[in-house]
Amino acid sequence: MTTATQQPETTHYLCIGCPMGCRLEVDDIEGEVVEVRGNSCRRGDAYGRQEHVAPKRMVTTTVRVENGRWARLPVKTRDAIPKELMGALCDALHTLTLQAPISMGDVVLGNALDTGVDVVASRDMPVE
Amino acid sequence: MLITNPKHLKPDYDVVVVGGGPAGMGAAIGAKESGAERVLVVDREKEAGGVLLQCIHPGFGLHHFKEELTGPEYAQRYLEQVLDQDIDLATDSYVLDLDRDNRVKLMSGQAGVNVLSSKAVVLAMGARERTRGAIRTPGTRVSGVLTAGLAQRFVNMMGLLPGNRAVILGSGDIGLIMARRLTLEGVEVVGVYEIMPHANGLNRNIVQCLHDFDIPLHLSTTVVDIHGGDRLEAVTVAPVDGFTPDMSRSQRIPCDTLLLSIGLIPDNELARQLNLRFDPVTSGPLVASTMETSKDGVFACGNTVHIHDLVDFVSQESELAGRNAGLYARGQQPPPDNIRLIPGENVAYCVPQTISSDRDHTVYMRVRQPMENCLLRLGDVYEKKIRFVLPAEMVNIKVRPKFLQQFHGDSLRVDIAPQQ
Ligand SMILES: Cc1cc2nc3c(=O)[nH]c(=O)nc-3n(C[C@H](O)[C@H](O)[C@H](O)COP(=O)(O)OP(=O)(O)OC[C@H]3O[C@@H](n4cnc5c(N)ncnc54)[C@H](O)[C@@H]3O)c2cc1C
Ligand code: SF4
Repeated sequence: MTTATQQPETTHYLCIGCPMGCRLEVDDIEGEVVEVRGNSCRRGDAYGRQEHVAPKRMVTTTVRVENGRWARLPVKTRDAIPKELMGALCDALHTLTLQAPISMGDVVLGNALDTGVDVVASRDMPVE
Repeated sequence: MLITNPKHLKPDYDVVVVGGGPAGMGAAIGAKESGAERVLVVDREKEAGGVLLQCIHPGFGLHHFKEELTGPEYAQRYLEQVLDQDIDLATDSYVLDLDRDNRVKLMSGQAGVNVLSSKAVVLAMGARERTRGAIRTPGTRVSGVLTAGLAQRFVNMMGLLPGNRAVILGSGDIGLIMARRLTLEGVEVVGVYEIMPHANGLNRNIVQCLHDFDIPLHLSTTVVDIHGGDRLEAVTVAPVDGFTPDMSRSQRIPCDTLLLSIGLIPDNELARQLNLRFDPVTSGPLVASTMETSKDGVFACGNTVHIHDLVDFVSQESELAGRNAGLYARGQQPPPDNIRLIPGENVAYCVPQTISSDRDHTVYMRVRQPMENCLLRLGDVYEKKIRFVLPAEMVNIKVRPKFLQQFHGDSLRVDIAPQQ
């Protein structure tokens, strides 16, 4: 329980929610976020809380394609996944080879690494 | 499925747009909106989209589409709109030349050389990356030294990795993004070196691309030598005082790849051929508030005019250019500008360079120095508080006729100064 005598510990973050890059201060008392300051919008508040407790990131990378206009298809996670899984996800995607044609939004890897998040194509890849 | 093969070319157009990146596509849509009937977009690549196709990271479209998209998604959405609007698109086609009467000389593998006539032309050729020669880096001429954007195209579209152990020179966004990209592809990124005392990229990219992967950023440091026979073997880096390297503290760093992320310059060969008037700071053509250049009927937008960090601003600016090109083609131009903008304290440049007091404008500018708690002042007619400004982030301001009601001069100074 927080008491009046406990001083919050402040950690500084840079919000990555949009290009404004607001400088956030997150106050923590015994592992609990009590206040986020410096954000210009609600997304910044949510980001500050999440980043302090369990940082997450969107991942964008590419997957090998055969018969396509280009050799690689750009893909993205539909939602952010835990930051520490980024490397493992890229390794998993390196093992795939797709066949063109592919449409934007097609699922390339469902429920990636059991995160509940799909990896989807971020463009159409016509046959060349 | 989006197919972007070239359509049949007509012999004459209302508006021809050179370049099919976001600027070119935006201009074509703008031209259609203002009533131009025959609109053509020309791009030398095999598909339209420009640099967006290789920028696979998110961070595009928050203003324009109200959601965060990756580069390819932004390009495809735009392209769908272009193709929906009955705009002609010639890919694999290079614009060689424009003559005084806005005749466009076009060369393509499929159709050979064609000369088309057009009432108005929009230049949207984008930018080029600065190379090693631009900063006169000494050392041997080895393979393994390449620009960051080229590496981005290799990795993200062609499926080629540039090497195994990379050093990045310059902290522009492309360099930062490539630091993360290479790391995710299994390349070891030793560090990012920046000659200035501040980073050049957006803060969010420093967090997501460097901090997340523990890649060090060395400010006030640069590459002073390049070693190797055929292939790059190492670089020497040294801290700088101003621009003078301190060789007593230099360090040799083994690596097989050096990526240069040292800035973009407007691609303006065509603009030079046309003898347009240039802004020495932006290296792009001077533009009026309609985005018209110094030559009648030739408009310009996007990175050809000045380097943008956000594509959303490219879209805004180029739809404006396209609308005005369309109006020009129909003989319905707005009255000419009557006020010249003069970059003042901590303002490197303003685009457009002139405005008109009878309508709304968005003026884009870049600062020279980072500054906190500042005041953007337009002469003594208007001021606005800004929390902070950075050279890496373009500043924009809406200028409205009501600010200028009491103003009767012909030039207006723009300053970004500390708040008193
Ligand atoms: C690595 C990188 C990361 C970026 N990250 C972001 C980001 O996160 N968020 C964001 O909003 N913006 C970002 N940007 C900025 C944004 O992508 C650019 O501002 C924008 O793409 C510029 O558009 P443009 O149409 O002016 O130029 P381009 O996209 O370069 O398009 C120019 C086109 O013209 C064609 N062309 C040139 N000359 C001729 C000719 N003579 N004949 C025929 N065709 C010709 C070229 O082939 C090209 O397709 C980034 C840019 C880069 C390079
Ligand atoms: S707090 Fe809001 S405005 Fe500021 S960077 Fe984050 S998302 Fe952008």
